[in-house]
Formats: sequence, C-alpha cells, structure tokens
Amino acid sequence: MTGRARLVLAALMSHWRRRPLQLAMLLAGIMLATALWSGVQAVNAEARASYAEAADRLGTGTLDRLEPAPGAVLTTADFVALRRAGWIVSPLVEGRLRAGEGRVALLGIEPATRVALGPAEGGAVAEGDLLAFITPPGLGFADAEVIRELEGADLGGLTVAPREGLPPDTLVVDVGIAQRLLNLGERLTALVVAPEQPPGLAPLEQVAPHLLRKAPQDRADPEALTGSFHLNLTAFALLSFIVGLFITQSAVGLAFEQRRQVVRTLRALGVPLAEVLGVMAAELAILALVAGLAGILLGWAVAAALMPGVAATLSGLYGAEVSGALALRPVWVLSGLGMALAGAGLAGARGLLRTARMPLLAAGQARPWAVAAARGLRRQVLGAGALALALPLCLAWGGLVGGFAALACGLLAAALLLPVVLDAGLRWLAGRVRGVLAQWFVADTRQQSGGLSLALMALMLALAANIGVGTMVGSFRSTFLGWLDQRLVAELYVNARTEPEARAIRDWLAPQVDAILPIWSAEVPLRGQPGRVFGVVDHPTYRDHWPILRARPGAWNEVARGTGVLVNEQLFRRAGLSLGDSLDLPGGALPVVGVYSDYGNPSPQAIIGQDLFDARFPEAPRLNQAVRVDPDRAAALAEALRDRFDLPGSAVTDQAQVKAVSLRIFERTFSVTAALNVLTLGVAGIALLTGLLTLASMRLPQLAPVWAAGLTRRRLARLELARTLALAAATALYAVPVGLGLAWMLLAVINVEAFGWRLPMQISPELIARLGVAALATALAAGALPALRLARITPSQLLRVFADER
Amino acid sequence: MSSGKAEVVSARGIVKAFPSAAGPVAVLNGVDLALRGGESLAVTGESGSGKSTLLHLIGGLDVTDGGALAVLGTDLRTADDRARAALRRERIGMIFQQFNLIPSLTVAANLAFQARLAGRHDPARVAALAGALGLSQLMGRYPEQLSGGQQQRVAIGRALAGQPPLVLADEPTGNLDEATGDAVAALMLDLVRQQDTTLVLVTHSLRLAALCDRQVHLHAGRLA
Amino acid sequence: MNARRWLVLLVLGTLPAWGQEGGFAGLGSDVQGFALPDPARDLVFPRDHGAHEDFRIEWWYLTASLRGADGRDYGAQWTLFRSALSPEKTGTGWSVPQVWMAHAAVTTPESHHVAERFARGGIGQAGVTSEPFAAWIDDWSMRAPEGGDGLDRLTIDARGGDFAYALQAEAEGPLVLHGQGGYSVKGPGGQASHYYSQPFYRVSGRLSLPEGAVEVTGHAWLDREWSSQPLDRSQSGWDWFAFHLDNGRKLMAARVRGAEPFLFGSLIDPDGRVRVLDGDDIALRPGQGTPPMSWTVELPGEGLALAVEAVNPASRMTTSVPYWEGPVRVTGSVTGRGYLEMTGYPLD
Repeated sequence: MTGRARLVLAALMSHWRRRPLQLAMLLAGIMLATALWSGVQAVNAEARASYAEAADRLGTGTLDRLEPAPGAVLTTADFVALRRAGWIVSPLVEGRLRAGEGRVALLGIEPATRVALGPAEGGAVAEGDLLAFITPPGLGFADAEVIRELEGADLGGLTVAPREGLPPDTLVVDVGIAQRLLNLGERLTALVVAPEQPPGLAPLEQVAPHLLRKAPQDRADPEALTGSFHLNLTAFALLSFIVGLFITQSAVGLAFEQRRQVVRTLRALGVPLAEVLGVMAAELAILALVAGLAGILLGWAVAAALMPGVAATLSGLYGAEVSGALALRPVWVLSGLGMALAGAGLAGARGLLRTARMPLLAAGQARPWAVAAARGLRRQVLGAGALALALPLCLAWGGLVGGFAALACGLLAAALLLPVVLDAGLRWLAGRVRGVLAQWFVADTRQQSGGLSLALMALMLALAANIGVGTMVGSFRSTFLGWLDQRLVAELYVNARTEPEARAIRDWLAPQVDAILPIWSAEVPLRGQPGRVFGVVDHPTYRDHWPILRARPGAWNEVARGTGVLVNEQLFRRAGLSLGDSLDLPGGALPVVGVYSDYGNPSPQAIIGQDLFDARFPEAPRLNQAVRVDPDRAAALAEALRDRFDLPGSAVTDQAQVKAVSLRIFERTFSVTAALNVLTLGVAGIALLTGLLTLASMRLPQLAPVWAAGLTRRRLARLELARTLALAAATALYAVPVGLGLAWMLLAVINVEAFGWRLPMQISPELIARLGVAALATALAAGALPALRLARITPSQLLRVFADER
Repeated sequence: MSSGKAEVVSARGIVKAFPSAAGPVAVLNGVDLALRGGESLAVTGESGSGKSTLLHLIGGLDVTDGGALAVLGTDLRTADDRARAALRRERIGMIFQQFNLIPSLTVAANLAFQARLAGRHDPARVAALAGALGLSQLMGRYPEQLSGGQQQRVAIGRALAGQPPLVLADEPTGNLDEATGDAVAALMLDLVRQQDTTLVLVTHSLRLAALCDRQVHLHAGRLA
Repeated sequence: MNARRWLVLLVLGTLPAWGQEGGFAGLGSDVQGFALPDPARDLVFPRDHGAHEDFRIEWWYLTASLRGADGRDYGAQWTLFRSALSPEKTGTGWSVPQVWMAHAAVTTPESHHVAERFARGGIGQAGVTSEPFAAWIDDWSMRAPEGGDGLDRLTIDARGGDFAYALQAEAEGPLVLHGQGGYSVKGPGGQASHYYSQPFYRVSGRLSLPEGAVEVTGHAWLDREWSSQPLDRSQSGWDWFAFHLDNGRKLMAARVRGAEPFLFGSLIDPDGRVRVLDGDDIALRPGQGTPPMSWTVELPGEGLALAVEAVNPASRMTTSVPYWEGPVRVTGSVTGRGYLEMTGYPLD
C-alpha cells in the first residue's frame, strides 16, 4: 500500500472514529451474520452426531456383527478362535437389567480389542481405572439419569460412575462383568467386525461356521428419517445466510452513502477513482475480516452453549470422528471468514459500483439513500416479478436443487415486494386518515419506510424463516410422533431367529397376551423398484390405528378379503398412482384401495391380507411378530421373553422406549431452533437500529418544522417509536404468510423431492404469536435509542436545520 | 514554481453542453482564455452562466465537448482520469463554495491533507499558513465545530499548503455573510500573491472580482 | 482424549501417564505388591522362558537384521509385552488382571510397516508357555517347532494391514545372561530387571510387502526381560544397541537417560563368554537429530570404535506408545549389523 493509499484509507476510516456507534453496528452486523452461519453449521454437525447416537441406540451401529446362527451359541472361545485366526473382532454382550421399577440396557464391551474397531461401536468407552473396570465386582458407566434409576438396585457390588454422552438408558460395563451380571456364563451376544481386516484370512464360514455375519442395514434403519430432518436444518442455514446478507448489505450500503461527499472531495483533491475504489474495498475487507473472526468465535460459542454436556463429551466418546463438530477447525474458520468476506463483498459491490458511477460533480448535496431507495420501488417490483416467474420454473425443473432454488426465489421475491406492499398500504391509508397530525404521521412514515426497507426486509426474512422452520420442525415432530403412535401400536415387537423359534415364541406367548400379529414380508419389485409386501391379519390394531392418508370406503374389508392392496406414500407418489389403479404383484394384480404414511424407510411398500400373503408367498420367512398386551406388563414380558428364549436385546423392541428416545432427540433439536430464533431476530434488530440511526440525522429537516409548529420533542420521540413499531407490526403481519409458504415448501416440496413423502403442515398460532411479539420487542429495542436521542435533542440542533437551509 | 511568463491556462474554443429534456443545452460555446503565471483572474456571470463549469473544466473535474484546453502543460483533451487526478493533486489547489472539508478529520489533518497527498508535506509551512489564516488555536477541532468563515479558511489553507502553481476558487464566499466573505477573500488574495500563484476566481460578486488583476464576464456561453 | 490415547493408559495399567513422572511408558511407576528382581535368584530354563505374572512388566523381544535375495538390507521386529494391572493372582477368564500388547514391524530402506495388537489375559487370546516354548497373540506367534529344545529353534509369524512375515531362527550359541547372572541394574537408584538374551540366531524366511515377497537371511537377537520398576522416576527413556559383528562377537550396549545417564552392556564372544560393561567401559555419542540417526559406540578398553547408521531413518513405531526401532549398519574398527531402539524422544 502506498503512502497515499494509506492517507486515503485513514481519511475514509476516520469516518468511523466520529461515528463509533455506526461502526459497532456494521461490525455487529457482519459478526452476527457470520455467527449465525457458523452456528448453524455447528448445530447441523451436532444434529448429525445426535442422530448417529440415536441410530446406535435403535440398534443400528455402523459395523457388521457376527451373531449366532439359529440354535447356535456364541461364546468367549469363539471370540478367541476368531482372533487366533487373525480376524479383528471385538465381543459384545447386550442385555437388560432390572433397576427398581424399570429396566436399563446393559452393554458389555471389551476395551482392549474394541479400539481397533474405530469409534462409537457399542457406544461407550470406559476411561479411567481399567483394573476396576475388568475385575469383579466391576466398574460401570452411565448417564446421570440411569444412575438415578439404578439407585437401590442389586448390582452385585458394581460401582457405577457418571459419564455424559452415553447412549440413553444404558449401563456400560466390561464384557466379563456383563456376562456375570446377566448370568450368561461364557456366552456373548455378538462380535463386531472391524471394517479393515488383514489380507489372507481364512474365510469366516471355515473359522466359525455357526456364526452369521449381519450388515448394519439388516436391522431397522431410521437414517432416511433423520436425513429428512437434517435437510431441513440445511434449509435453515440457507435462510440464515440470506438474512445475513441483508444485514450486511444494509450496513455497508449506509457506510457508502454517508461518505459520498468525502469521496467527491477526495477525487476533487486529486485521488484517482481507481484508487478510491481500491482503498474502499480494502477497508471493507479489513472490517469483514475482523468482524468475521469475531463472528466465528461467537457462532462457535453459541453452538457450544446450545449443547451443554454433549459438546464436552463428544470427543471423549467418539474420538476424533465426531468431536470435530465443535472444534475450531481451519476449514470451519475459513468457511466462516469466506461467508463474511463474500457477504461484505456482495453488499459492498453495489456501493462500489455506485461510487464508480457517481459523477464527480453531482450538484450540491448527495441524494439521501432513503429517497434513492424509494425511487427503486419500481425496479423491485420488476425483480420480484422475475423471481416469481422463475419459481414455477424451478419447481418444474424438479429435484432437490430445483426445490431449494424455488425456495430462494420465493423468499427473495417476497422480500423485494415488502416495501412495495408497505408503500401501497400507506398510500391507501393516507387517503383515509383525518386530522393534520395523523396525515403527517402517515406521510412521514411512508417517506421513512423507503429508508428502512432493507432493514424491514431483513426483519421480514428473519421472521419468515423462523415461522417456516418452526412450523416445519413442529409439523415434523407431531407427525412423526403421531405416526410412531399409529405405526407402533403393539406393545412389543419380537424378531425370532428361526421359524421353529418363532413358533415356540408364539405358542409360549399365546396364553398370556391379547393378540399376536404376524409381521411377515417378502421382497418384491413394486413398479420396477425393489420393495416389500407385508401380510396383515384383520385386527383392530390395524383398522383403528394404521396411519391411512387416503382410502376407499371399506378398504380394510377389501384387504382382509384379499381383493385390495394398501400402498405406502412413497410408492403412491413416485408411481403416480390413484386409488383404484391396479398394482402388479406376484400371482396377479390387485386394485390400490388406500395409501398410508411411512416415514421409516424410503422404499416402496404394500400391504395385503394375511391369507392372500400366505397363499402367494409360502416361502417368506415367518419370523417377526407384534404382540398386544397390557402396556403395564410389556416390559416384564419382554424380559421374560429374552430370558426364556435367550434372545439378544435387540430382538425384542419395547414400543415405549423407542418413543421416549425419539422424543428426546426432538426436544434437543427444538431448543436449538429456539436459540437460533433469538439470534436471527437479533440480526434483524441490528439492521433496524442501523437504519433508524441513519435516518435520524437525515430526518431532522423533516422533524424541525413539526417541532417548530408546536409539537414537543418528547411527543415527536413517542411518534417516532410508534412509527417504528407500526412498521414492524406490518412487516410481521406480512411475514406470516411468507413463513407459512416457506414451511409449505419445506414440507410439501423439499421433503417429497428428497424422500418421497409429504408431511402435513400443522400451523401453530402460538408460535406465530410468540414471534410477532418478538418482532415488536425487536423493533422496540431498535427504536428506543433513536427515539431517546430525539427526545433529548437540543433546540439549537433543530434550529440549525433552518439556518442550514438558507 | 511558475516562471511568471509561461502560459498556465490556455483555452481555445471550448464547448460544453449538458443534456436536458429538450435536448443538449450548450453552456459554454467557444470560450477562449489565456492566463499567465502569477495572474489573478475573476470570472463573473449570472447564475447558470457556466462559470463553475468553466472552472471544473480547467480543474479536470469534467471534460470538454470540443475545443482545446491545456493547463500547466497538460493537454486535458487527451489526459485520462488518472492523469487529471495527478494534475489536481500535485499542481492545483481547489476551494469550493461548500468548503468540502473531510468532516472526520481535524483542522490540522485537513490543512495538511492535499500536501500529503501530493507528497509535499511541510509542517513548518502548514504552521505558518495556519498562523496567517488565524487557525492556530483551532487545529484540534473538527470542521463541524467551526463557523463557515473558519471552515473556508481551512479550505484555503488546504489548497495552498502544497504550494501549487494554480488555485481555482469556486464562489469561495458564496456561503458566507458579507463581512466574513470579504475578510476571507482578502486573506486568500494576499496569500496567493505572496506565493506568486495563479488564481482563477469564480464569483458573482463584482466587488470581489475587482480585487483581481483581470476580470472576465461570461455571458451566453462566451467570455467578454 | 481419543480412544488410542486412552488405550495407552489402559494397556500399561498406569494412570500417571507415560512420559510424565513415571518414567517412559510408566516403567518408573510404583511397584506396590509386585515381585521385585532378586540378585540371588538363579534363572532356570526352560521355566524362565515363560511368563512371570507376579512381575508388573515383561517382554519377549526379537529383532532380526536381514539381507534380501535382492541384496538390500531389511529389518524385522516381533515383540510381545505383558503388563499386570495387579499382583493378585485371583480371577479367571475376563477378570484376570493381565493385559498383552504386541508390536510387529518390517523395515526396508524406503519404508517401515507397523502393526499393533492388544489382548486381555485369561481367555487364551494371548499368552506364553515355556514347555514347549510358545508366545502368541491373535494369529501372531513365536514358537519352538515340534521337537524343539528351549529357545534353540523358533518360527516367528506376524501380519499387519500391509505386510506379513514368516521367519525360521536357529541358535548357533548359548543363552547369555546380562549383568550379574541375569540381574541387570538399570539406574543409580538400583532399579533392575531380570535380563537374558539369545543373540546367536541365524534366520531365514520371507517378508511379504506391498511391492511383493522377498526371501531374506540374516541374524536375530531375542531379549527376555521382566521387572516391576525397571526405571527410576526421573529416567525418561533409553537408547539400546544390539550388534552382530562380522568377527562373530555380539555387543549389547544401552544408555538410560535421566538426571545422570546410566550405561550398561555386554560384550559377547562367539562361544558365549560375556564381559559385563558399565559406564566406565562404554562411550556413546549421538549424532545430529532428535532422535539421532547416527551414533558412535566406543569401548576404549577393547579398542572398539564403531560408527552406527540407521538403514531407514523413518523407522518410527507409530504405535500407541511411539518410539523408534530399526535396523542399523555398523562400520569402523569392525563391521557388522544390528538394531537400535530409542524411546522417550518427542516423536510427532
């Protein structure tokens, strides 16, 4: 940088010394925008980790397992034999422990061999005293909740130490201790298999012919479901980015506008235009870097604060793999800085362009940007129109990218239209109000709304994003939980390993339960895609609870008679079916009589009557069944089942437990969303405050005559505040349909594109009311300072207006 | 330093028009002007007669539509923005009706600003100028804390601090009351003469114009 | 703290982390309840080839200096460590408080391949028997073949993700007891271990490497050592040399680094006669680098002055406790080959 450039930079930057508050606003704007972006990134990563944890909990680890074949047992000796043959495996014992009223899952791991398997399998690592961990009576680890549940339970002297971040409801002990606690003798539940094995090993069938290798996907897979949620959080990140851009734009634009005269002077004194532009760009980059770094730290702190406990323990629990989510990694820092620079650059581009085009000799005073912005209304209508036209094109283009593009188009169009709508509303109002003060108020508000339009757009976007994402999360939660309620009606789900075992289980259960419902299925191509057909018996469990979206009258009767088929929503939508269309199935086509929602898997599925199923798929394995029983007896019965038939823990699923775990995941995500709400609104508030402060100085010429005409400064200040609140209220009102439209796009477009199902939208008036109040509170906070300043302005300052206007 | 003999400004047949709703309106329509080193010239004329436009053209703030214009040896028909900026920065002092000080800099920083831009900052000279302009007690203030007359004195000091061979003043007293304006103008002329600097002064005040070596009147786009 | 780091603490069974107060890898930790080396004890074979579970730490450590059919230098390492978490001998199966760790490596002039295994005692996944001799963990083993006598003949196997080897070793000389009849003092405070070697192996076998298999021949050296606190708390690591000299002699020299360096060694004649060396007999001078990749080893009393150079300076053991171990070339007053081990240096 030459000495001259430094001099010019100093002259430009001295502007901030005289206006520290404005500098603070600009820095805060970029900082908050960056923080929002970084925070959402971190939260996203965090959500992924939570899902991974939930996936583990639901029995889906990431590693293959070796389990005993039907009728066989797996013992410590099998483990040793496999290790001696060179296989990298580690033993697991899974079971359930009686703990007072309830039960907790017991997980036995083997620390020495587990390490080679990579992170998280089995979910826990016992850190600390190895001797106590492996020698009786043993040392176990569990979270605080489990420890409370275990109080007073007889664990044979086992010490239980608290450890955050373990799978819920689980007590982790050494494999040998687990064998003792469960009276298993030498038996093990499974061996987990490292993904990387040395070359040249003897094949498994030879070393351990009585063991079956099971890939993780052979077990239940909630991944598609969590994926949906994740995608929607990504949408939130996108929205945050847009809001961030608006605030940066407004702050940077202001700085450019205010220094137009200085730029003219500099050029008149002989600084070439290119140099002025270069120095301004450098100034912007410096500010963006400083604020961006602060924003990254803030975003990181926010994300860390959002997940107390989880953040601290992730690294200990999962090793390097997941802990990075909340570490200050270079990639993360760079992406945050990139966002700050790109945002400031994008915002500054307009200012730089206008500075470049600004004639050196524009007569007299610079045109206040309030007026300039108002002049741009027509252009904004055109822009909004173009975006609105692009929206259906994006939708027609289809796919996830199209969906997201449509989302962006819609939001930007709505934002651009906001000032136009406000202006039209105020014009309409102007013709209707009586009284000179009211007329002045409306006219003045209309003039001011132009200058505040960027800030109001940011506020609108923030509100819309919050309404949209809040509605989406809420809809998702209630739909998913409702679906779980409907779909998991039976108290217990039991998977047998062999058909004889399944028969024995059914015989044993029959006298003690209300009903045993077979869940037998066959893999069948459905409309050209690999799918699955289930048989169901005619039972109120299905008739009363199954999550039917649409059906012909008497659909269940048709299914029971074998004259109709129910299909899941994915198949229905992807194949473009209508009720009454016929669906090809092995053994002949059947008419589709109904559609049900199915959020648990992405593939096509169909349901036919049990008798028809038995006739058409005699070879299908008859292993799985649902059990209806008094809910109070379910847990005990599950335990008895496992004991009686020596079933692995995951073979008997307790409905209540699955629901509790799901709920916990959602609550965590909810708290995250709430915190992001506050942050987004904070950004919008800053934008509003920046706009108001700018206008405050420009508006003196408009206020001075009113003051001179006899209005007190306090009254003027109250009116100013009322004006800000009125504009915020109007903006909030406008944001409601935009937000709901956004939620609709997320639920009905993005989700369908990504997963094939559409989630019913559930509007929460409470959410909207809360956000409306938040919007007003934001406006109040932003408007307070300028109003206070106005109330305390000295008469001489107002008088100067008249003097200057001479 | 100017020799006192060389031609500082040489204009021949300058034409300048501005667009309007009814088509281009010619403001300058064949202006000829020659100015020697050390001369002071007053340009008078009614509002809108094009006096400021002429001054802007000489300062390279705007470009002519036709005619030949050379200032301090630079042919302004061919000079690009960078060259014109360099001419202003290093060899011309400008004084405006609106003062055009940099509001975020102190009086001291404003005074020295252009000299530093030109790389000719001489603290002793700035101090002497400040004394001559009666600004010595105000060096730490910001422009908004000054009266109009004080601000214009700072602007004069800024224009002269780098000892440019040519000073262009555009209605320097236009924003000041009569008494203040006279005092400021006298001060300016004194300093310009001391430095043997060429001055072009645009004003509508005949009283002020009379203080200059030479007066021209702009009417209907031509000098008389 | 990641899982690997955690395991280091776990396997060594010592929570004053290694490299801190407890000397390198916790070898300077307290010995409460464990048996202590006894100068009056006579080593009895083959019994003492097996494990001594009342001692805290023990190893079976074989290093082979090899030459390939392609004329290049190679090295191979096979090591089994036993660590007792408690001196108690109660418990069976999973509750036996013994933990095993093994390292295997192959060094070429350009590459260094490492593998590490862990096992719990008590279940048969790892262990050592003395009659017939067998040491194993998973599918790695070092054992006397059918009809073998003590340690006279051994077959050695190991396999990692990108390498494997199979070696046959045959001893051409007797076992060698270090120090005072196998009682080897390790520091000025009297810390000691039981320490004997079989340095006279001739080996042949095959290395399987990513670039292909190579037939090798050469010399090997087996170290047997057990103790409960072989290092002083202040001792941070050691440098250990074992040379097969071309005149048929063998030389072991070691330096334990602490407040005062402590040196010891054995100069072994081809017939197995030992001259015990101490700090007055040995001069070790490191070259440049940390850890140093070249050394001079001098025994002024013997007129020996040897220059030692690593075959591959990148022979880092990237195991949970990292150290440097690899083959070296010896030149000077007599030429030869050997192995160098350097512990307790900062390695990444």
